[in-house]
Amino acid sequence: MPTTPLPTLTPGDFTSDQQARWCPGCGDFSILAQMKIVLADLGVPRANLAFIAGPGCAGRLPHYLNTFGFHGSLGRAPALATGLRLANENVQVWIVTGDGDALSAGTNHLVHALRRNVDLKIILINNEVFGLSKGQASPTSRPGTRTKTSPEGSFETPLRPLSLALAAEASFVARTIDVDVNHMSEMLERAAAHRGTALVEIYQNCKIFNDGVFEYATDTTLKADSLIYLEHGRPLLFGKDRNQGLRLNGFEPEVVTLGHGITIDDVLIHDEKAAEPTLAFLLSRLIGPAFPECLGVFRSVQRPTFEQSLDESRQARPTRDLESLLTGDESWLVA
Amino acid sequence: MMAVVPSSSGPTPSARAKIEDLAAAVVRFAGDASDGMQLVGAQFTSGSASHGNAVFTLPDLPAEIRAPAGTLAGACGFQVHVSSQPIHTPGDVLHTLVVMNPASLRANLNDLEPGGILIANADAFTPDELAKAGYRSNPLQDGSLGAYRLLAATMTQFSLAAVAPVNLIPREANRCKDFFPLGIVCWLYDRPLEPTLKWIRETYVKNPAMIEANTRTLKAGYHYGEMSGQLPTRYRIAKAALPAGRYRSVTGIESLALGIAAAAEQSPRPLIFAGFPAPPASELLHELFDKPHANVKVVQAEDDSAALNLAIGAAFGGALGATATSGPGLVLQSEALGLAVMSELPCIVIDVQRAGPSNGMPTKTEQADLLQALFGRNGESPLIVLAPATPADGFAIVLEAVRLAVRSMSPVIILSDVHLANSAEAWRVPSVAEVPAIDMAQALQGELLSRDERGVRPWAIPGTPGLEHRTGGLEKDARTGNVSYEALNHEQMVRLRAAKIASLADEIAPLETHGPISSDLLVVGWGSTFGAIRDAVTRCQAKGLRVAHAHVRHLHPLPSNTGAVLKRYRKILVPELNAGQLCRLLRAEYLVDAMSLSKVQGQPFLVSEIAQKIEAMLAP
Repeated sequence: MPTTPLPTLTPGDFTSDQQARWCPGCGDFSILAQMKIVLADLGVPRANLAFIAGPGCAGRLPHYLNTFGFHGSLGRAPALATGLRLANENVQVWIVTGDGDALSAGTNHLVHALRRNVDLKIILINNEVFGLSKGQASPTSRPGTRTKTSPEGSFETPLRPLSLALAAEASFVARTIDVDVNHMSEMLERAAAHRGTALVEIYQNCKIFNDGVFEYATDTTLKADSLIYLEHGRPLLFGKDRNQGLRLNGFEPEVVTLGHGITIDDVLIHDEKAAEPTLAFLLSRLIGPAFPECLGVFRSVQRPTFEQSLDESRQARPTRDLESLLTGDESWLVA
Repeated sequence: MMAVVPSSSGPTPSARAKIEDLAAAVVRFAGDASDGMQLVGAQFTSGSASHGNAVFTLPDLPAEIRAPAGTLAGACGFQVHVSSQPIHTPGDVLHTLVVMNPASLRANLNDLEPGGILIANADAFTPDELAKAGYRSNPLQDGSLGAYRLLAATMTQFSLAAVAPVNLIPREANRCKDFFPLGIVCWLYDRPLEPTLKWIRETYVKNPAMIEANTRTLKAGYHYGEMSGQLPTRYRIAKAALPAGRYRSVTGIESLALGIAAAAEQSPRPLIFAGFPAPPASELLHELFDKPHANVKVVQAEDDSAALNLAIGAAFGGALGATATSGPGLVLQSEALGLAVMSELPCIVIDVQRAGPSNGMPTKTEQADLLQALFGRNGESPLIVLAPATPADGFAIVLEAVRLAVRSMSPVIILSDVHLANSAEAWRVPSVAEVPAIDMAQALQGELLSRDERGVRPWAIPGTPGLEHRTGGLEKDARTGNVSYEALNHEQMVRLRAAKIASLADEIAPLETHGPISSDLLVVGWGSTFGAIRDAVTRCQAKGLRVAHAHVRHLHPLPSNTGAVLKRYRKILVPELNAGQLCRLLRAEYLVDAMSLSKVQGQPFLVSEIAQKIEAMLAP
């Protein structure tokens, strides 16, 4: 069959007529720019892309993209996106959400989209604070974070988004950071290519309400010792000289330095395709300063999407035509 | 286990019972959940319907899944109204009550008319069972039932004897007894046995022994009625004059499901129905899963909020989105209803109302969600509200809801209730060609950012090049569709959203009156009260009272002639199963002195309650 090649799109083709209005220096600008670059390379027509969001700074992103976009109620984007996918499977659906939207009001819907494995790409922009509502503690705020609703420092135990996603049976889980644009692009591309729910957490700096919270991961002098870049099938090494590694001691992870009898064979090998998400879960719980934090793909496994499973389940039960439904199983004639 | 043999004497042949003609009868079968009274009632209904009578039924189900046997909490029943005239209710008072144990007698006797017929399974009136129901002595023997015509039969023994020649295990043999009282009632009302015999043959096609046993029990009951001589009079109810055609029984839930299938049949994309289990609306979810239509996709959502958001997401994608809920579920959906209003997307919310507030009484009926449906959202958020009048009307109301939703790019709330959901009536089955057509193509036309003469935007569907746009819950600029907080724009958009709904008043059926077009009293109702109001008004008209009935199916917008109709009557009465919500609305909207007849007991109106009020209002 002859095919018409798609017109080549550039990042600029995805710019809407709306001027992006985030605070100067906001990490969201970087995310928007990388998103456009990734979209231009996807080969999907603009009309077949939809971005779903909820209220919040992150939720503004769809307004700045010249695709289909829907701005729903707080936390409900996964349910909206699921309905859209069921109605119209020609559309690639992205959710852009923040820690307040996805993990405060929307935790329930997020969990169910993940376990169902709806074919969605979820960008969870995590700045560990409520931004657009002007600086309150979020479910991911670290203990001690001072905000308008935690003036003496947050004392609640924060949620770990990726641990939650893995517990919800997510088939694709990744993390990246706003300042590492190449890595971000790679993660967005991987998410776009995944069939099923792909969740990408992006560490994002809120200059106004939580500035510097990810400094250990952005400061050039600190980040080599603070981050592990995950690579499938490769040992979990980090550090400026890549001489530190992650080892398992019983069920506990520990950081080791190569040498003095410790070899690369002692270091855990990353396996994003493991059938059980045990290793991914362990990595999702690593947090500084005691441990390096991981960027990359934690888990990427294939299982049937919700759309596929629903269709199979429907095919298993014979449908009835309208006449048969209207007449029902028992009817009688009145002359 | 010893075979139980019926008492040696058995029924003695009696003089043939005489037959009297009866216009209508109400029969209730009551027993423990294990007594199969739903099945027996349904069989009596279909037998009567195929005999040519008008029928209307109402099951009475306990809230518990498996309530303790023999207790009042476990008593359940099935009421059948059989008539030679058109009927609209399951009936006020019972002509015959069948009770399978003492608890059922205690729970139902109050509804039996004085002199009514009481048929009891004497085998179940043991000291234990009597004690569980709170009887100190056996009412079948102590003379306390003297006001009724009593037929007490040792049904368990008779049915076991009847099935003795068939090789059954004891559990199967016991189950057959349900058909014994059905046989008696078929004899009493001169019903043919054949429809039930046919049902038995089809249901137990793989179990010939059960066919034989159930057939024997049914016939044994029929002969017992004749031979026992305990009831000297039988009744005959003439055929009703019904329009010719094919008929079926349909509940208020089934009719909604059929409406959804008929709407999906006409939709270019699948209709997405998402629901969360909320009794009694869950029955609709079950029905759609059980009898699938090729163009309906059904999903169980994680909560009621998700269900409506799924439907809205589907509508954004160009499909019809629908959900059904009850009670607190509608509260959870308020947020998403506002979103659908703001984003101008067509979707259907079916609220099967139950007694509230909060969880209230989940199995009991009420009409108290009306004002919530009309106004229960933040901001000015008008939408379309409809209510079916009868169980079968759900079919037409869903199609009307879809028509109006697509016509105005708006959400629609359909207000059903527990009473409508559970009750059933005979319905003439429409041919597929008779199903009202919905013009969905027109909604798809029009340029992005354009509005038609009524202010309705086109349905701009993802996947269509050139229609890329952003929408949602934030206020939009009237010209560009972009987010806008501009003062005058907001006012313009608020008025635009209201006007496009209000202007539907000219595109819906005018309010009709049954009775004199101008007179002393108009009774105005909405929803499930139709039957009780119509029968009460008809009864009063027959007594010469100048009263009419108008029933509102379109609650928002109201038909454009509503005010004019109301003003033609000297008095207005509004019976409602709430504290007077439509009454308050009519007073506010039309400055008429409408009077409320309010009932909030979790039970439907009796015809007599409304008739008495009408008579009191028209008393000289």
